[in-house]
Formats: sequence, structure tokens, C-alpha cells
Amino acid sequence: MSENEPLLSVRNVEKHFPVTAGLFKRQVGAVKAVDGISFDVFKGETLGLVGESGCGKSTTGRLVTRLLEPTGGAIDFEGRDITHLSQGKLRPLRRDMQMIFQDPYSSLNPRHTVGAIVGAPFRIQGVKTDNGVKKAVQEILELVGLNPEHYNRYPHEFSGGQRQRIGIARTLALKPKLIIADEPVSALDVSIQAQVVNLLEDLQKELDLTYVVIAHDLSVVRHISDRVAVMYLGKIVEIAERKRLYSSPMHPYTNALLSAVPVPDPKARKERERIRLKGDVPSPLNPPPACRFHTRCWKAQEICKTVEPPLESLASGHSVACHFPENAPVAATADTAGKD
Amino acid sequence: MLTYIIRRFIGAIAMLIVISMVTFGIFFVVPQWAGSTPEAMASRYVGRAATPETVHLVAQKLGFYDPVIVQYGRFAKGIVAGAEYDYGAGVEQCPAPCFGYSFISGQPVWPDLLDRMPVTFSLAIGAALLWVLGGVSVGVLSALRRGTFFDRLSMGTALAGVSLPIFFTGMLSLVVFSYGLGWTPPGGSWTDFTENPAQWAYNLLLPWITLAFLFAATYARLTRAGMLETMGEDYVRTARAKGLTERDVVVKHGLRAALTPILTLFGIDFGLLIGGAVLTETTYTLPGLGQFAILAIRNQDLPQVMGVVLFAACFVVVASLIVDLLYAWVDPRVRLS
Amino acid sequence: MSFLDVKDLKIHFPTDDGLVRSVDGLTFGLERGKTLGIVGESGSGKSVTSLGILGLHKGGRAKISGEIWLDGEELVSAPAEQVRGLRGKKMAMIFQDPLSSMHPYYTVGHQIIEAYRIHHDVSKQVARKHAVDLLGRVGIPEPANRVDSYPHEFSGGMRQRAMIAMALSCDPELLIADEPTTALDVTVQAQILDLMRDLQREFNSALIIITHDLGVVAELADDILVMYGGKCVEYGSTDEIFYSPEHPYTWGLLGSMPRLDREPTERLLPIKGSPPSLINVPPGCAFHPRCPYADRTEGRASTEVPDLAPTERGHLVRCHMPRTERRTLWENEIKPVLETQ
Repeated sequence: MSENEPLLSVRNVEKHFPVTAGLFKRQVGAVKAVDGISFDVFKGETLGLVGESGCGKSTTGRLVTRLLEPTGGAIDFEGRDITHLSQGKLRPLRRDMQMIFQDPYSSLNPRHTVGAIVGAPFRIQGVKTDNGVKKAVQEILELVGLNPEHYNRYPHEFSGGQRQRIGIARTLALKPKLIIADEPVSALDVSIQAQVVNLLEDLQKELDLTYVVIAHDLSVVRHISDRVAVMYLGKIVEIAERKRLYSSPMHPYTNALLSAVPVPDPKARKERERIRLKGDVPSPLNPPPACRFHTRCWKAQEICKTVEPPLESLASGHSVACHFPENAPVAATADTAGKD
Repeated sequence: MLTYIIRRFIGAIAMLIVISMVTFGIFFVVPQWAGSTPEAMASRYVGRAATPETVHLVAQKLGFYDPVIVQYGRFAKGIVAGAEYDYGAGVEQCPAPCFGYSFISGQPVWPDLLDRMPVTFSLAIGAALLWVLGGVSVGVLSALRRGTFFDRLSMGTALAGVSLPIFFTGMLSLVVFSYGLGWTPPGGSWTDFTENPAQWAYNLLLPWITLAFLFAATYARLTRAGMLETMGEDYVRTARAKGLTERDVVVKHGLRAALTPILTLFGIDFGLLIGGAVLTETTYTLPGLGQFAILAIRNQDLPQVMGVVLFAACFVVVASLIVDLLYAWVDPRVRLS
Repeated sequence: MSFLDVKDLKIHFPTDDGLVRSVDGLTFGLERGKTLGIVGESGSGKSVTSLGILGLHKGGRAKISGEIWLDGEELVSAPAEQVRGLRGKKMAMIFQDPLSSMHPYYTVGHQIIEAYRIHHDVSKQVARKHAVDLLGRVGIPEPANRVDSYPHEFSGGMRQRAMIAMALSCDPELLIADEPTTALDVTVQAQILDLMRDLQREFNSALIIITHDLGVVAELADDILVMYGGKCVEYGSTDEIFYSPEHPYTWGLLGSMPRLDREPTERLLPIKGSPPSLINVPPGCAFHPRCPYADRTEGRASTEVPDLAPTERGHLVRCHMPRTERRTLWENEIKPVLETQ
């Protein structure tokens, strides 16, 4: 695989859940949870996926790992189309693609020992290990900062942070190439969040992992990602290299999101210029036409209500779907999207 | 909301049709698979001494040679619109709902069922009132005083109530209160409500209590579990934070939510009971539907058995329909989904 | 004496596994029109504190001691009925999850009307009008129609607004908000924080905001109290806590947060280990097993509970390290690292 070829490529992927009503459960519409999104994930990088509830970021994670089947579009993994693979054919793929879930309490089977949980992927995939499964599991436990002696303990004997480490250990068992982490730290205490974020970063370096991190917390996403995609109501509205997105966001929604995050600096609260969006996110069952953000956007014009803005690259590595983008890319084009 | 009601109604009607088919199948189709001939079935209607020719003739008249679907159609029409039987000596009308004629008495089944209904209704309604009031209040108190002596005593009693069969508690109560102490009338006493309400209640007192004891036990345990859960809910904490008195917190916020699963159970229990409190009626020799069913089965009186089965099934369906509608009224979230 | 004065508040729960010291000797004060932020992780005792002030700490089983003075009235020793009369009227609470905190079977209006009529002898019509006014005041569009909606028919942000309307129904002088925005989206959180700030100005109430999010307290609070293992470890003005914190736990919290307002560092500076369970709080300084400076206390860290002592700047810190050493550590080691973030 060449350097420029993406590990994961998502093209116009859609997921519409049918909505039924009436006496005979006729389909009257669809929840367009994900409505035509495209992005690439390159080997060794971390792509952050942020957005508010109902924006489709979790659905995207489930589509990419094929826990859900897309209703449209195509997903390529390592150059191979996996969009409609059958469950049987997906199995070898599951070794290469793993998922970390949000809730470290409900995603671990309380009746299984840590050894059984972390060792399960070996057994399910029938993988032979050099010194037996137990040895392999203990090595992984050590890798994620758990005591290998805890092999025979049960999940309830661990704290939330440790449980999330167990969850991470399980995904690492088969040396995956891509890890999708869906809100990996949002259920954890502040001091523990930092531990897990650091762990994810260390593991990435050590094992040459590629991440898609799905989160609502913009600060966590900024810390961990190389590139960030912002989603709103099933669409990607902006995708850019991390530094660019946070320093010169182009989409009004991204601006509003960044401005809404409370900053732990009491003096800055008086000086900060705030953008306050009105209302809540509209229902994905009946999203506004054309630009979906126009109902809450302070820059919206007539055209926003009639013509849907395409996701266009306005600067290198910086695409935005807006008729009136901010931070117009006059000087921005000169900048290269290098990693910092 | 309206589509919800309509959908439930259609569901209930479909269920009734299925039940009638199954009942018909069990009583008319399955015997034929098992090797019974139309003649053998017809011979039941004419008695043992009939000649083969008579039997053949009756089988023909009753339509036992027709295809199954035609037979079911006739059966269903009898229930909905009534039937006509031509016995040669003129046509006999069997008004709807027609379940046919008893083998033993030769009387139509439905009026017989009607006669028995007041007994079973009286028994079921009285007992239901007792067990709901008793079970729910004991359950609530137990939940509020979890771990106290009262809680342990009532839950121990409830366990006994669930595990002791009615023919045991019933007999025991008769022996002690009727024959021993003489406080209550002996088994088999029945007075119509319209005749003498006081006597009616007095006669039914013991069956009510015995039957209620059995059910109250389940309801007390279920209420206790439900209350323990809802009283720990966030909205109950909110109710307290508003400054509501503890009584209002328990009744308006805790109990209201805890009662919904009990409502479902009640609908099914009550429906089943209307179909015949077989053990209770047998134990206390009350002339209700349960006793009717036992007699019909013992006499192999096919039309009577079928009548009582269909009637009971109808009641369960109707009761659960009412419960579904009540549920939607109680819990607004049901209306939406 | 302040409007709210809490003195040596202790709330202990006897359990089969031992005594849970959820709140273990907490002292603080709050004036009308001011906001106190109580910051802590799970199991720090911050939520039990708020429930304790309202008298909602599971009455019979908990042991509560100390004093809570609200506008000259002592609540710990007061009869339950007296405290109930104050709840919802003089002191009210906003909870974390507005969906589970509102009764699913009653309309939003019903629940606000109920809250109002407990303390005011008015007709349903008058209370209903009051409810509509309140819903409008907290920014719910078409309040006259929405008053008859059920909580599940509201969006998350609307529900929290309705919850606030319910808490405000009797003009409480003390308002306690327990993680009021944790369950909400970022843009909605910003709206709710703005609303709370405006309403507090308007009603001049005393506000306690309980949260794990330092960003939220930085936005709203005048004073901050940091809790750990049931005790206050640092208490001072918001500026003091953010710009010259002296407790290693506070340093750890600041270092753990990825921040949007500064350049990202290579690595976050987490606190090692996990928060203690309240059933098994470490002896001595509860933080010592996680503290990187525990070896600088001449062995007292694990044996002796440090006093909550005032600094020369007037804020309170519970730490064995000498004051000068803490100042030096902060100025030379912690602050420079945090600043580069």
C-alpha cells in the first residue's frame, strides 16, 4: 500500500432508518442519521469526529466498522470494498478494525474474568499465540497499564478508568490496524480522562495504530486528533487539519461550537466574544432543507434555504460546506497542512 | 392516539378470530386426524342406541362431511349471527351466540353460561377489589419500611400466599371458620345479589378472602419491588426537592409509576378469573362458570366445553385490550410509540 | 453571619461494609447574589452535600451533624416538617438529568403548578398562568402551548429550561444546581449557563453550582470549593483557585484538562490512580496515594489529616507541605507547564 492511499475511505455513505406510522406501519419517512458523508483516514493518523447529539457521529462509527450496513455509498478498507460484505466475510475484517465504547460499565460482561474478556478475540478468531493465550493477554494488560496479576479478576473489581483500560486491551488483542473509539473518555472522571487520552496516544506510537475518535468534547478531540471533521445533522460541515480547524474555523457552526465551550480561565470570560446559537439541534427526522444549519445560523441568507452548499476544499486540506465561510482563505492557502 | 386505539382493536378482533379457529380445530379437526370419523362424532349427538343410518343422517345434517372451511364458516356464523338446525321436525332457532346444544340436557349452551355468570362475576369482582387494595397497600408499606419487622412479616406471609394452593387454604378456611367457629356459611351457599345483598356478601366472604389471599400475595411482592425501584428514581427526588409532603411524594409520584406493571398483570388475572375460578368454585361448591366447566369436561359435553373455553378466551382478550388502553392513558409515552 | 452558613457538616452512611463518610466536616458560607462552585470527581461527596442542605440525604439511614444556617434558621436540628416547608420555596434545586428528573406521566405544566401550589394557596388557574410566565421567562417558545407537553416531548435543552422554571417557581433565595449542564450539548450548555447567570442577577439569589467541569465554574462562580474524599481540600475566590492554587489535587485537575484556549501540549498531566471510594478513604491526607509530593511531608501524609489552613492570600488549603514550598512548587514547576498549554 502506497503512502498516499488511505487506510479507510468513505464515499457518500448514507444510513437512513425507516420511520413507520399509521395503522399498517407504512413507511412515512426516514431518519437520515448519516446523509452522504465522505472522508479518508490515512495510516498512522487520528481523525476526530465531533458534533452534538443526533449529528450521526456514532452511527458513522458503526457504519465504518460495519456493525450497521449503509443504505448508500461505499466504504473501502485497505482498498477493498466492504460496504455490503456479509457477516461471514466480515469476520477476518474484525481483526483489523476494532471499536472502543463509551461506557466502561456496560460494555464488559460482568460474569467474565478480565482474562476471558481480553482473551476472547483470540478464541473467536482462532488465533494461535506463541506462549498460550494467557501469556498474550497478560502482555496486553501490561501494555495498557494494568497489573497482569489481575488476569482472574472480574470487571466490578475495577474502577471506571481501569475498566476502560480493559476495554482498550480487548481491542488491542489482535493487533488491529484501525481503532474506532466512540466517546472513549466521556464517562470517566476528569483526572482519569487524561490518563486514558495519554494511553491512547502512547499506544498509537508504539503499535502504529490508526484512530477514528468520535467525541462531543472539542478539547479532547483537539488534543488527540491530527485532522478533525465536524458533523451536523448527518452531514460533515467542515473537515480540516487540526490546527487550522481550531485556529481559523470556516463554518459558522464550528465557530459557534468552539465559542460555546466554557474556558477554565475566569478572567477570559469577560473578554471573550461569544456566539450564542438559538434553540436546539433540529430533529434528524425532519432536517431543514438545503443547508441544514440555516435555522440557527446568524449569517444565513436566502440561498442557504434553497441551495445546499457542497463540501468544498477552500484551502489545502481544509474543506467546508458553507455559502458564506468565515476566515476567508486568502492567506490560508499559502499555509501547508503539516502536522505539528 | 386514535390509531393506537384502532390498532389495538383490530389486534383484539384478530386474536378472537384466531382463538375461534384454534378452538374449532381442537374440537372438530384434531379428532378426525386422530382417526375419529364423522359418524363417530355424530353419534355423540344422537346417543348410543342409534342405528348407523340415523347417525349418518345426523352427520350429514350437522355437515360433518363438508370441507373443514365450510364447517368453520358455519361454526363462526353460529356464534356471530345464530344458527338454524333442521331436525326434520321443523327448524329450530339457536340465537346468537350459538355454541350448540348440550349433549346431556339438550338445552342451548349460551343461556346456561349466562345463568352461571353472576356467580363468577361476584366472586371475581369482590376478590379483585380485596386483593388489589390489600396487596398494593401492603406492598407500599413494605417498600417504605424495608427491612423492618413489618416488611419481613408481610413478605413471609406473601410467600406463603403464593405457595399455598387454593384447595388447601380453601378447605382449611371452611374447616375453621364454617364448620369449627360457625362464623361463615358452609360451602355451596349462594344468594343472588338482587335478592339479598347482605346475604350475598356474607355467603361470598370466605371465597373472596381465600381467593384474594392467593393473588394479594403476588401483588404485594410486585408492588414492593416496583415501589423500591420508583422511590429511587430521580423524579421522586425532584418531588421531594419541591417540598411535597412525603405522603404526596409516595402516592402521586412513586406509586403512580409503580402501578403500571401491576395494571397489566391485573388485566390478565381478572380476565382468567372470569373464565372460571375453577378451584375456588369447586372448593366452595359455588355454581359458577368454573364448576360448569368441570362438569362439562367430566360429562364430555363437547358444546358446553367449547362454549366455556371460547367465553373465557374472549374475556382474557377483552381484559387485555382494556389494560392496553388504560396503559396508554396512564403513561403518555405509550401513546407516541 | 452569611446568608448560608455551613459549619462542620458531616453526613455519614452506616452500611454493612462500614461507615461511608460522604461529607466529612465541611464549612463554607455564601451571600445572596453570589455563586459558589463546588468542584470534585465522582465520590468526592459534592452531590451529597447539596442533598444534605435540602434535607434530602435519605433521612432515616444517614447520620448528619454540624450546622446549616439558612437566613438565620438552623436546618440540621430543625424538625423535618420545617425543612420541607423551606424546600422548593426558600431553597430549590436543579438536577443533572432533566429527563429522569421530571415525572414522565405528568405534563411539564402540571409539575410546575404542583411546585407552586405546595407553597402558595392559589387556584389552579392562577398557578397555571404563573407556570406559563415562568416557561416564557426561561426562554421556551410558545409557553402557553408547551405548558401542556410532557417532558419526553421536549428536547434536552428545553427540559433543562423547564426544570429551571420549576425550581424558580417560588422565587427561591438559595438555588443549588447539581451538574446542570453535564447531560447537555455544548451549544445548549452555553445557553443554559447564560440563562442561569441572567436569572441569578434578576432574582439576586445565592447559587451553588456543583460540577466536575472547571470550565463551568470559571464561567459562573465567585468562590470555588474543591472537594476530595468527602473533605474540602481547597477553598477560595475563583481567581485564587485558578491563578494561584496551592493544593496538588487542584494542580492535577488543571493539568488533566485539555484546553481550547491554549496551545496543546504533547501530553496531558494526569493524576495517577483513581479517586478513592468513600467507604475506604485513605488514612491521613486522602489524596496522598495519588500525590506526587507525598514524600515531602516527613511521613505525615499517611498518618495525619492535614488542617484546612488559610494562606496569606486568605484562601484555605488542606496540605501538609509548608506554605512556602507549595508556593515555590506552583511558581517554578506547575505554573510554567500549565501556561505552555
